[in-house]
Amino acid sequence: MTLNRRSFLGASLAAGAALSAPRAIGQARPRVVIVGGGAGGATAARYIAKDSQGAIDVTLIEPTRTYYTCFFSNLYLGGFRDFASIGHSYGALASGYGINVLHDWVIGVDRDARTVTTAAGHTLPYDRLIVSPGIDFVEGSVPGWDISAQNRMPHSWKAGSQTQLLKAQIEAMPEGGVFAMVAPPDPFRCPPGPYERVSMVAHVLKATNPTAKILILDPKASFSKQALFEEGWQRHYAGMVDRIGPDFGGANVSVNPEAMEVDIDGTVEKVDVCNVIPAQKAGRIAEIAGLTDDSGFCPIVPATMQSRMDETVFVLGDATIAGDMPKSGFSANSHAKVAAMQVRAALTGSTAFPAKYSNTCWSLIDTDDGVKVGASYAPTDEKIAKVDGFVSQTGEDAALRKATYEESVGWYAGITADMFG
Amino acid sequence: MREAFFLALALATGGAGAGWAETAVSAIGDAERGADIWIFCSGCHQIGPDAEIGIGPPLTGIFGRRAASVDGFPYSRSMTRAGRDGLTWTLETLDAYIENPRVLVSGTRMSFDGLEDAGERADLLAFLRVYSDKPSNIPEAAPTARADVPTLPPETLAIVGDRAYGEYLSSECTTCHQRDGSDKGIPSIVLWPEENFVLAMHAYRQKLRPHPVMQMMAGRLTDEEIAALAAYFGSLTP
Repeated sequence: MTLNRRSFLGASLAAGAALSAPRAIGQARPRVVIVGGGAGGATAARYIAKDSQGAIDVTLIEPTRTYYTCFFSNLYLGGFRDFASIGHSYGALASGYGINVLHDWVIGVDRDARTVTTAAGHTLPYDRLIVSPGIDFVEGSVPGWDISAQNRMPHSWKAGSQTQLLKAQIEAMPEGGVFAMVAPPDPFRCPPGPYERVSMVAHVLKATNPTAKILILDPKASFSKQALFEEGWQRHYAGMVDRIGPDFGGANVSVNPEAMEVDIDGTVEKVDVCNVIPAQKAGRIAEIAGLTDDSGFCPIVPATMQSRMDETVFVLGDATIAGDMPKSGFSANSHAKVAAMQVRAALTGSTAFPAKYSNTCWSLIDTDDGVKVGASYAPTDEKIAKVDGFVSQTGEDAALRKATYEESVGWYAGITADMFG
Repeated sequence: MREAFFLALALATGGAGAGWAETAVSAIGDAERGADIWIFCSGCHQIGPDAEIGIGPPLTGIFGRRAASVDGFPYSRSMTRAGRDGLTWTLETLDAYIENPRVLVSGTRMSFDGLEDAGERADLLAFLRVYSDKPSNIPEAAPTARADVPTLPPETLAIVGDRAYGEYLSSECTTCHQRDGSDKGIPSIVLWPEENFVLAMHAYRQKLRPHPVMQMMAGRLTDEEIAALAAYFGSLTP
């Protein structure tokens, strides 16, 4: 690809104006800006930088200096991981791969000028933009709750201080108290996540507060790995977990954070902890950039992860409409590798091989009782379509469940090394 | 599934019919000739009613037994994992293991390079079978009649992998497997001899190795893609 005059000038100016990397005029390399440093963005940054060997200038913009992974944050709630073990810095991406890591918020995208602007006032030009912003919450989806109530009723659906807050609230529950979860409607980040969370909360309560109850208020008729979770709750936490589905009012729930009450189809219950996981949409910057459709998520080209709205923009992870793929860190990491290859091909002429996607989600039900579900995917013209898949079975022996858990620990080490170097 | 497979096999080889069950048992191989081959195994393994743990685990009753299930034997990590994943010793799996132990169980400690001759393996299996207490559980077919697993024509093994393509494909592997070869709960796949890598991936693709994630991943790789991955992972510098 040849740079047009506008982007060439932009690159040179930005190098002087915004970023510390010194560069002489005339040596401009094609520029990739990546918005969001999670499983999609960090992986894409690392792969583009690694595989282009310096031929592409990569800038990764992420507000937080330490990124806490949503995956395994439930294991922190359950006491299986400490908080530091799910935190990762961007040091290796900056020093080992030459990526410009900018801790800043992107507040605007001008797709005509091919620039992004940040809260700190930088304007960064790009030849290709990768948007991997994760999710935001749909306002009003749980009546009575908004983001200002997140300290009373945490969502803990973005890992970090929210996760710590929820853990502290669980530990402070009165004897025999009630933990309520308002589960989200489809589609949402991490389909087995709410139910793994319930398992981890039950694991803690069984040891410290065995007469406590867990109430799941669920707008969905069914959920991921349902048979496996229900079997596990019966086996490990009999009598503790109660799920109210849409048949019994689970889809008609409002909350009162001040009074710590939930209203289930007209019946008001007092609760001690209330984990509200609202309905979800693509991270707000995707909407600001005009990459979303009426669903609130971003349509993509299945073979490349390019936005349907703009071929110079790629969207990854939870923010996308990824066909049969679930919203997961594993999926985002898989998207990122396809996009990284396409971006390199467009900017340096390297070979673009056919896209392959995959996902596996492990969940922990109790100590050494791990389960998993996974699938492989391939692009069609319409969507990313499932090719093959597997799921753990009910009634598996303890040795296999333990092996599955140990495998998940190995996967965590693998994917975080794949993201952060 | 296995029954269906062997039935199809029997039909295909024209062996079905009255008396097939009786004759097929002896068709596994010649137990007497197998006893001569057993000499190579007996340095480490014992067999028979009084067999005990030696350098290797006792092989009495090996047919139908879960891998890594002899109490008190210090199995390798790989063999333990294979057992947990569901590997059970059958005519098929034993035959593949004896043919090339590291194809089936990468990190096995059994210091045996494999028995290439299918007839010799059949004889050895017939010998082992004499000491299994549930002969009725043994599939009634000659191991040499089933497709050798993994069955790889020479041209498949001869494919020269495209390392660059392997590097791209490897990104799907490194979501779980560490590129630096460390094992933090998921085994290392770097620096394998290419042929072993290829054979192992085909063993997953043919569902001889039991792990569901790997069966799925290998299941959609072409011969060329497997060769490309073998070339890439075999070439990494540690």
